[in-house]
Amino acid sequence: MSSIAPLRPAPAAAFDARRIRRDFPIFERNPGLVFLDTAASAQKPAAVIDGVAEFYRTDYANVHRGVYRLSAASTARFEDARERVRRFLNAADASEIVFVRGATEALNLVAYSWGAAFLKPGDEIVLSELEHHSNIVPWQLLRDRIGFEIVVAPIDATGGLDLGELEKRLSPRTKLVSITHVANATGHVVPVETVIRLAHARGAKVLLDGCQAVPRMPVDVRALDADFYVFSGHKVYGPSGIGALYAKRAILDAMPPWQGGGDMILTVTFEKTTFQAPPSRFEAGTPDISGAIGLGQALDYVEGLGREAIREHEEALTGYAVDKLARLPGVHVVGAGQRRLGVVSFTVDGIHPHDLATILDSRKVAVRAGHHCAQPLMESLGVHATTRASFGIYNDEADVDALVAAVEAAQEMFRR
Amino acid sequence: MMDLRELYQDIILDHGRHPRNFHAMAHPSHFAHGHNPLCGDKITIYLKIEGDRIADVSFEGRGCAISTASASLMTEILKGKTIAEAEALFKRFHAEVTGGEVPEVPAELAEDSERLEPLTGVKTYPARVKCATLAWHALEAAIKGGALGATVKTE
Repeated sequence: MSSIAPLRPAPAAAFDARRIRRDFPIFERNPGLVFLDTAASAQKPAAVIDGVAEFYRTDYANVHRGVYRLSAASTARFEDARERVRRFLNAADASEIVFVRGATEALNLVAYSWGAAFLKPGDEIVLSELEHHSNIVPWQLLRDRIGFEIVVAPIDATGGLDLGELEKRLSPRTKLVSITHVANATGHVVPVETVIRLAHARGAKVLLDGCQAVPRMPVDVRALDADFYVFSGHKVYGPSGIGALYAKRAILDAMPPWQGGGDMILTVTFEKTTFQAPPSRFEAGTPDISGAIGLGQALDYVEGLGREAIREHEEALTGYAVDKLARLPGVHVVGAGQRRLGVVSFTVDGIHPHDLATILDSRKVAVRAGHHCAQPLMESLGVHATTRASFGIYNDEADVDALVAAVEAAQEMFRR
Repeated sequence: MMDLRELYQDIILDHGRHPRNFHAMAHPSHFAHGHNPLCGDKITIYLKIEGDRIADVSFEGRGCAISTASASLMTEILKGKTIAEAEALFKRFHAEVTGGEVPEVPAELAEDSERLEPLTGVKTYPARVKCATLAWHALEAAIKGGALGATVKTE
């Protein structure tokens, strides 16, 4: 497999969300659907749905085992999917890509393999207030076993990460900064380049949760110099149940296995087992083979649209939504710092987010209501819950207009 | 929007905006916290039970229009009722919103049961049923838990 990235197709002159929507069968089966919950999970293009089915029809067998032709074909498809993930993140080598169930599992893998091996009492790890619960809870569980400290970097008055406060919390005791790339609850784009520079200057490693970034902007783990990068396939138009962990090869080499089983061993006796090199060392048992194939298809689909073009589209649409919502009396857009991408969280005076979401749903506008698995952030922002609209490549300004009209209708209903 | 008017009837919006008996109680004989982890809604139910009768009931907390209105209506209805009557009302209400077999209530409770009718619109909104039942689950926990202040979760 060549490790040279192919030339990127030139992005189309104008990003045509209406045309892209035709690639997604869900919109055909659900006429009028205004889907604004891509941050929770993205819809799937036919290329992914059909790609998975086609794989089962033509090349399916277990991977890394059989000597027969079909198993070799299946293995080649599976490893080709890994290569596509490598290319998507611009990792140096495909062995730096570990397939996991999703970002949550990737975070648990890093905690229970790297963290359990290298974190000691007296060490510190730094998280931010922006984090999804999945980047909080695994560390708390591990802390309770090992006894290191979790230090929290706060947000500033605008809702963005406070870099000055983050820097104050870094010290020679800091072993890891684990932080989101784009905040799932507010869409805040974290200046991760600066975070990484500050952390590396103290000898700390950096993990980026890329769940909301990967579907919306180009990500280059080598240019960033990220030590770990995690994302979920289902948020980047791939199947649910598959995701990837990127880690620098030297780091993976030093990490012990976290789950034992087939596929991750070299030799097994009852006295001693020796383990495979990465990434196999971290992929015990039969993996989600078709999920990986589907993820590869999704990444190709996204590459085909042009990731810079997608970022421009999402930035424009997010800006349009913020502008429109902020003009509505009684509507408050929740702060997301200086830069926001793909996500708008807001509250409406006198209407609880759950009531609002039910009313929006009656107009086929699908949004998320609640704490968005980020309760500490909600607390810090001073809200109990918000309504969150999030965008994907199939959304356009008409979707935002439908959202705004539905919010106005809800206000009308609650005024009576 | 037809169905939605069923769900958000005037009485729901009224009780949602201006909940009755919405305050903490100084010396409750029983209380419990209700929590819906899905949406973060929290409610505390306070009871003053004398003998087998609910002499006073109040609540506080935060929630959507449905959960607030449900708690408010519940407190209005339950004042002066016996524990057995409260349980019978909940049983019927629960069955009505979750689609179970709806038990009859004694004739003297029929009017109270009817007052809960506007809330039964949630039965066509599965994601919202727990909003309507949160206060009642907390009530049940309070009756069982006494002055210890139990916490009940809807999930």
